[in-house]
Amino acid sequence: MNLDPLFEPATVAVIGVSSTNDRHPANVIFSKNHHRYPVKVFAVNPKGGVLAGEKVFTSITAIEDTVDLAVIVARAELVGDILDECIDAGVRSAAVISGGFAEVGRNDLQERLAMRAQQAGFPFIGPNCLGIYVPNLVDTFFLPIERMVKPDPGNVAFISQSGGILVDQMIKFADERIGLSRAVSIGNKAIIKELDLLKYFARDPKTQVIAFYVEGFGKNEGRAFVLEAQKCPKPVVVMKSGKSPIGQKAVSSHTASLAGDYESFSAVLAQYGIVEAANELELVSFCESLSAYQKPIGGGIGIVTGSGGHGAMAVDACWKNGLMIPSIPQDIQDRIKQNLSPSVQPIASLNNPVDLTGSGLDEDFVTTASILSAMDDIDCVLVLLLPYLPGITSDLGSKLSAISRQLGKPFIAYVPHVEKYDMLIEGFELNGTPVSPSIEGAVLMATALRRNKPC
Amino acid sequence: MLTNEMRDIISGSVQWGWVLEPDAKRLFSLAGFDVPRYILARTHDEAALFAAGIGYPVVAKVVSPKVIHKSEVKGVVVGIDSDEKLFGAFDRFSSIEGFSGMLVEEMVSGGVELIVGAKMDEQFGPMVLLGIGGVGVEIYRDTSLKMAPLDEKDAASMITSLTAHKLLEGYRGSDPIAMDVLIQTLREFSELVMELEGLIASIDLNPVMCTAKRCVAADARIILTA
Repeated sequence: MNLDPLFEPATVAVIGVSSTNDRHPANVIFSKNHHRYPVKVFAVNPKGGVLAGEKVFTSITAIEDTVDLAVIVARAELVGDILDECIDAGVRSAAVISGGFAEVGRNDLQERLAMRAQQAGFPFIGPNCLGIYVPNLVDTFFLPIERMVKPDPGNVAFISQSGGILVDQMIKFADERIGLSRAVSIGNKAIIKELDLLKYFARDPKTQVIAFYVEGFGKNEGRAFVLEAQKCPKPVVVMKSGKSPIGQKAVSSHTASLAGDYESFSAVLAQYGIVEAANELELVSFCESLSAYQKPIGGGIGIVTGSGGHGAMAVDACWKNGLMIPSIPQDIQDRIKQNLSPSVQPIASLNNPVDLTGSGLDEDFVTTASILSAMDDIDCVLVLLLPYLPGITSDLGSKLSAISRQLGKPFIAYVPHVEKYDMLIEGFELNGTPVSPSIEGAVLMATALRRNKPC
Repeated sequence: MLTNEMRDIISGSVQWGWVLEPDAKRLFSLAGFDVPRYILARTHDEAALFAAGIGYPVVAKVVSPKVIHKSEVKGVVVGIDSDEKLFGAFDRFSSIEGFSGMLVEEMVSGGVELIVGAKMDEQFGPMVLLGIGGVGVEIYRDTSLKMAPLDEKDAASMITSLTAHKLLEGYRGSDPIAMDVLIQTLREFSELVMELEGLIASIDLNPVMCTAKRCVAADARIILTA
């Protein structure tokens, strides 16, 4: 099955537009693509007419262009016939937005779609979903464009079983300036499942990180998914819901009781080097750091801080996440000291975490971070910055990012996220260094780099 | 790898939904696993003859299709050192519901009690569990879980990821257990479990007694697919 027409369409047909209700989901989808995206879009309704000054086609067969992507937004009972028509008319792919299928017990209606599409080798997303969002190209979400928060184009693909979680995470991605390559709401996944998208995005040049929100895999589909993820050269992140044992049936063996559904899920992800995000904070932190650095690291963390308290908090968070804080040999401590500014030399604390104190200057941070990143047992440098300190300027972000790139070692920064400090934050982020608004988040970013491999 | 005799054991147990311990032991023995020497005794004489052959002490366990958890009905007696105690156990077990005989077996002692288990997971298929075993297994919950089959690295990392792994490596003067045997046992177990997909729901080998020389499955419970 070729998924290119879904993610790189030039022509889109929206089937099921209303002539009387402009808030109808099909109208919202038609309107946003018509006005805001470069795709050529056609409206379809058997009654014909005119929408936003454009002709409404009475059927998909009436459109002369080859349609790459049909967005189907009609009542569930009608979708079977519409899908048949699309396939017969040579449409190349579809997103079935409509609900009313397996999620409400109408497995028969869903089965019909799946059978036909399977026979024809026809890719479709859904049913019961929001469909596809590709920055600056196409958007099948039935959400008015002015209400959506859209992350910048970037290299993270996010695939979600829930449309609501997807849209919410897009807000959080935008907030943390994580760029998105594609977002997909897969709904009931009648034909296109997590595995198909994993395979496709593994080869997609626009995607470097593949993130999933999963409620559950189908029978044995989890096995196929993890075996594929193991082969995938890009980091794979999974956030799972449905972890509580509520509703699970009683079992009569110790193993079945100890190896519950979620315990098994989590153990298998770790076994195959898939990064499991326990919650939204982890998901956002993991995607942000893996978006910057795809190469797995060991667990040694060097910390440079402008405050002893921040250093201590970071050490605790590292310990909790299984990261190590290697001590710094005396000769290297001496070298750091010699290179610090005279006012900082006598008061800095030179073992890991290196505390440059509230008197630290930009140069002191740059010196220390360079020396730490040259150490073999340090795999990643955490920089804890308090932008209100007098010696720190808004240039420090770009200076440290340059060091990180030059020495080929990942840096992760903590800076409080308020508008006032934006230039410092952008100095990091626009130059490829992730920044977290919390110490815990910065440590989670480092954790993601270490977990990204088989254990 | 599954022989006809192994398949017969499973198909003959479908009526109960699980495999009685002597049959489960036979199955694991056929598959090449180390199990204690045992006999299913239906009379005092059969029990005494076997005990005389291997020498006391022995372990006696009730065999009944109605009893999955034997210790809950006081259906296990360890350290039996005389015919008198052996017959006493037999007579008491006879009154347990569904009594169909008494398992008499070699008493394996020393070493560390582990659980080696399997479960067919809906999403991931055959899974293998290793943990600190014995009756407290669900209290300590010190376990490691991986998708089968296991390679050597998988098996080794299951062992080191146990909180109590130091107990296995020789703690405070005790001998380390035979790590290579445990790794081999886990790998062979995982391969057997792959073969049993579709037939079984879960397996408990609990305890597996691991000493400096061997890993012996002292108890085996196989739950079949519903």
